[in-house]
Amino acid sequence: MMNIPFPDLRPVTPEIIMTISATVLLILELIFKNKGVLAFIAVATAAVVLYTIPSSHGQTFGGMFISDTYSTYFKLIFMINLVLTILISLRYIQREKAEYGEYYSLLLFATSGMMLMASAKDLIILYLGLELMALSTYILAGIKRHDIKSNEAAIKYFLLGAFSSALLLYGISLIYGMTTTTDIYKIAASLQNSSTPSLPLLLSMILIAAAFLFKIAAAPFHMWAPDVYEGAPTSITAFMSVGPKAAGFAVIGRVFYIAFQSIQTDWTAILIGVAILTMAVGNILALVQTNIKRMLAYSSIAHAGYMLIGIIPGTQESMSAMMVYMLIYAFMNIGAFAIVILLEKGEELSDYEGLSKSRPLVAALMLIFMFSLTGIPPTAGFIGKFNLFMAAIKAGYTWLVVIAVMFSAMSAYYYLRVVMNMYMKEMKEEAAITPSPSLGLAILITVLMVFVIGIMPSVVIG
Amino acid sequence: MDKYLLIPLLPLIAFTINIIFGKGIIKERAHWIAILAVLGSFAIAVSTLIEVLNGKTINYDVYSWIVSGSFKVTVGFLIDQLTAIMLIVVTSVSLLVHIYSVGYMHGDKGYYRFFAYLSLFTFSMLMLVMGNNLLQLYFGWEAVGLCSYFLIGFWYEKKSASDAGKKAFIVNRFGDFGFGIGVIMIFLTLGALHYTDIFAKVGTLQGQTINILGYNIDLITLIALLLFCGAVGKSAQIPLHVWLPDAMEGPTPVSALIHAATMVTAGVFMVARFNPIFSLSETAMNVVALTGAITSLFAATIALVQNDIKRIVAYSTVSQLGYMFLACGVGAYGAGVFHLYTHAYFKALLFLGAGSVMHAMAGELDIQKMGGLKKHMPVTYWTFLIASLSIAGIPGLAGFFSKDEILWLAYNHGTIGKIVWLMGTAVAALTAFYSFRIIFMAFHGKFRGTHEQEHHLHESPKAMTIPLIILAIGAISAGWVGIPAALGGSNAIAHFFEPVLGHPHVTAAHEEEFMVMSISIVAAIGGIFVSWIFYSLKPEIPKTLAAKFKGIYTTLWNKYYVDELYGFIIVRPTKWIASNILVAVTDGKIIEGIVNGVPQAIRNFGERLRKLQTGHLQHYAVSMAIGLFVILTLVLIAAGR
Amino acid sequence: MVPLDWYIGLSAVIFVIGVVGFIIRRNILIMLMSVELMLNSVNISLVAFSHYLQDLRGQIFVFFIITVAAAEAAIGLAILVALFKNKAAVHTDEITEMKG
Repeated sequence: MMNIPFPDLRPVTPEIIMTISATVLLILELIFKNKGVLAFIAVATAAVVLYTIPSSHGQTFGGMFISDTYSTYFKLIFMINLVLTILISLRYIQREKAEYGEYYSLLLFATSGMMLMASAKDLIILYLGLELMALSTYILAGIKRHDIKSNEAAIKYFLLGAFSSALLLYGISLIYGMTTTTDIYKIAASLQNSSTPSLPLLLSMILIAAAFLFKIAAAPFHMWAPDVYEGAPTSITAFMSVGPKAAGFAVIGRVFYIAFQSIQTDWTAILIGVAILTMAVGNILALVQTNIKRMLAYSSIAHAGYMLIGIIPGTQESMSAMMVYMLIYAFMNIGAFAIVILLEKGEELSDYEGLSKSRPLVAALMLIFMFSLTGIPPTAGFIGKFNLFMAAIKAGYTWLVVIAVMFSAMSAYYYLRVVMNMYMKEMKEEAAITPSPSLGLAILITVLMVFVIGIMPSVVIG
Repeated sequence: MDKYLLIPLLPLIAFTINIIFGKGIIKERAHWIAILAVLGSFAIAVSTLIEVLNGKTINYDVYSWIVSGSFKVTVGFLIDQLTAIMLIVVTSVSLLVHIYSVGYMHGDKGYYRFFAYLSLFTFSMLMLVMGNNLLQLYFGWEAVGLCSYFLIGFWYEKKSASDAGKKAFIVNRFGDFGFGIGVIMIFLTLGALHYTDIFAKVGTLQGQTINILGYNIDLITLIALLLFCGAVGKSAQIPLHVWLPDAMEGPTPVSALIHAATMVTAGVFMVARFNPIFSLSETAMNVVALTGAITSLFAATIALVQNDIKRIVAYSTVSQLGYMFLACGVGAYGAGVFHLYTHAYFKALLFLGAGSVMHAMAGELDIQKMGGLKKHMPVTYWTFLIASLSIAGIPGLAGFFSKDEILWLAYNHGTIGKIVWLMGTAVAALTAFYSFRIIFMAFHGKFRGTHEQEHHLHESPKAMTIPLIILAIGAISAGWVGIPAALGGSNAIAHFFEPVLGHPHVTAAHEEEFMVMSISIVAAIGGIFVSWIFYSLKPEIPKTLAAKFKGIYTTLWNKYYVDELYGFIIVRPTKWIASNILVAVTDGKIIEGIVNGVPQAIRNFGERLRKLQTGHLQHYAVSMAIGLFVILTLVLIAAGR
Repeated sequence: MVPLDWYIGLSAVIFVIGVVGFIIRRNILIMLMSVELMLNSVNISLVAFSHYLQDLRGQIFVFFIITVAAAEAAIGLAILVALFKNKAAVHTDEITEMKG
């Protein structure tokens, strides 16, 4: 008689709560006609999860799952992302006639997937988390099911996503064949002995990298992002531009630094090339956009490029700078999307012409987010970039930072074009807005954080 | 929270509240918040001064924003003798101007906005004087400039007002450009931004030179002169003085606070603050002294013939600021700051008095149309008279002691000192003359305006007269802290400043000091006397003189044609270049190639790149596959297989 | 006994067939099948490794992959049905509303 010990569930409590709540929401959806209740439960769940995360440190499931400070930090970003997305969704999905009960449930499932990814110490868990996240977001991207653009976004995201996870799996199978294990730390130990990297190892690393780079929308695996961001409901665009990206960075950090430590020079070289290409593609293509969601999609590609600069040097400082940047990015990007949502017609750049005259406050808020995305002090965006670039310079990547700063300067052109449209152009028609308390709260939180971090960087650094 | 932080913070809070809630909720009650805030700042400033008097100096970083090696961006306070006096000047004048504005701005549609800006200005000015590092000084410097721009153009519907705001802003760019380079040079050469670090290290630069276009230039002189550029712009010295008289388009309380008592003196404050740097370069010191003396004389002569009451006072401000630089240039920083402090009171009083007159005259500024206002507005008259006596340098009043200290120390400063002393004494006579010209023309004699105006004449409300009276007390007594030893005083203020600003060692006897003093008293009384003859006894004399010396008169009346000169040598060529050469070159596709070409090329490239994003799912998948393939190939090549 | 290399070779061939199928076929259903092919090639190699390395992990992983693949197919088909309702299209070159 085999004796299987019952696993220690404490480290995995947050994920369990999240998943149970997501399941319960599916049932409650039948009971409550008012979907606001579901949103409230979802936010409450996020609060409870946030409360349980710090006390969950440890490993479980035979070391397949780890909860440490690294995962805790990313889970914090996921919770912020979740709560802000719910806040900006409430009124918006009513307006877009996409108020299905499973909306909130899927958000919770997607977030559980991200949490699993951040905590995965084993590639199996990592894959399951990634799929849980991805499958939920495919549906969310297409949740406006009567809208052809939303359908198109979903099908594109789905097919390319499935393709990329197949690449990931092939990479994992190769590494399993080489090391007899899927545990990230044991892979590292097993690869330590081999002096020169073998072809299968490099192939496996590249396949895995491709899948992760797909998730963070880095060039040349970025092409799904603009179409999907444009077609998906704006609230989901906001969600996708932060959550999966953060999860992607979380796994890149863990898998590459630990499992592929022995071939660090190889993957660093790849990431440098990818980072430069990503910044170039993101910034150059953002310049020529006329749709603001598409522009923000390219801008999010560009930001992924900046964040890769945090991964490349491989120092403690640069890694934490990348994580801080991710947090700052979450606030400023969701803030910008919240303004897009606030306006009844706000998806085209021309919709912003003369906004300062008809809606001075809305224009001022948008200005703040655009300044922050550009990286103008005293906003958080400046602190994020300064921190990230300084860390890279200290690690000896000055030339890479020079390139990044050049692209960053280029980015001012398209962010400030929104500002120009708002302040310099004549108003064509009075801009209508659909305010709601929850959306107001989300904007308040994001704008406050943009300033608090911008003025007191010590709250996030160190 | 420590109390020093509250000094600038209170006005900032008042600004935030007023700007957010002013339009909807607060409206006509905006002044309460602003006044209470600045009153609080004033109270703390007084208690801080008492601490400093007891020998305490405060220097600490409140908050570190970004720290990266020696590049530290911090908010910190250095409160020593110099700062303590500046705090008192700024908060007290600001408080009185706030109170005065309640009456003056009553019923204006931008009432809350006005008080919000005043609070923001007060905050910025306090940050400027309290800072313990260069970046904070620079931040405050630009922030007060910005507030000044807002407040000059406060009535932005009026074209002249918004033009004057722009002019002030643009002219200040020239000075601030130099100042900015100076700041960068200090950081590059000394690697420090905090005053204490800079002053500790500045000695190491002595004798070092920097090669610019083949000339070896002394590094310290260069830095000092670059810093002085900023001061020239902000404190309206030649050749950047042109913005200040135009700035009188703003509301009069603004002129009193920003363009007389506080912001324009920031240049003097900065030179005094950086005295360890300036003192190391004799060339820079002489430049400062001569710039000050020439500006002083130049502005005083212009003031002689102007008829706009606010412009006369504005030129008088330029002239008095020149006096302060003159003092700094001869090493008498303490005397310069002493004059800054007394000047703040009598000059603010002159402006507020002028504002009171304008209030009664329904906005009329021309003193030729006034006259006999004495009996209609006695409080304004008497306070204005006190201020004029003070600025003229009549013994016993504030202006006398500070002016005398400057002249005496200049007199003892070698040849250059003798020259500027002579100029300063001449200025003293001219100052007395034009100040009393206002008194005699506006307040004495018969009313020369329209009947309607005469009917309307009245004393201003209490909210305006009480600040006048308080300032008059200041204009009388502010100088009593600096009674020189020759008159049996202790010159307390000079000893007070000595630890920070030093004090020139003077060995000359008291008799000599009495002589210098007598000369300036004679000059002052003479000026007043001539003014009395010209404008009260025999009013036909000025006209005859003007007709006789027509050339001089018109030159003065047109302010030496400096505006026209700038229009000719800067504005017109710029416009000409813009409209002819630039357009021509653009047609020739040269500038376009550089200015528009690069962004356009990137855009074109982007448009082309955009074509790759076809919307076809296949193409996206192919891009991923090709990406994979290329990466794999490159890695394999790199790995040498 | 069949050597490991043969399994790996088979797996690689099927994987490449899947990739090529995904890239060149425009019918969404066939693309979906190509992805399934890729997943199954991974399953083959995992099971083969598992057997030769005498480690159960690989086979466990295969179960997970099969489960996920089923979920994936369900979701993919659902999205396709939603798309088909709005626009009778199953070819990718007909769904290029968004580009640039």
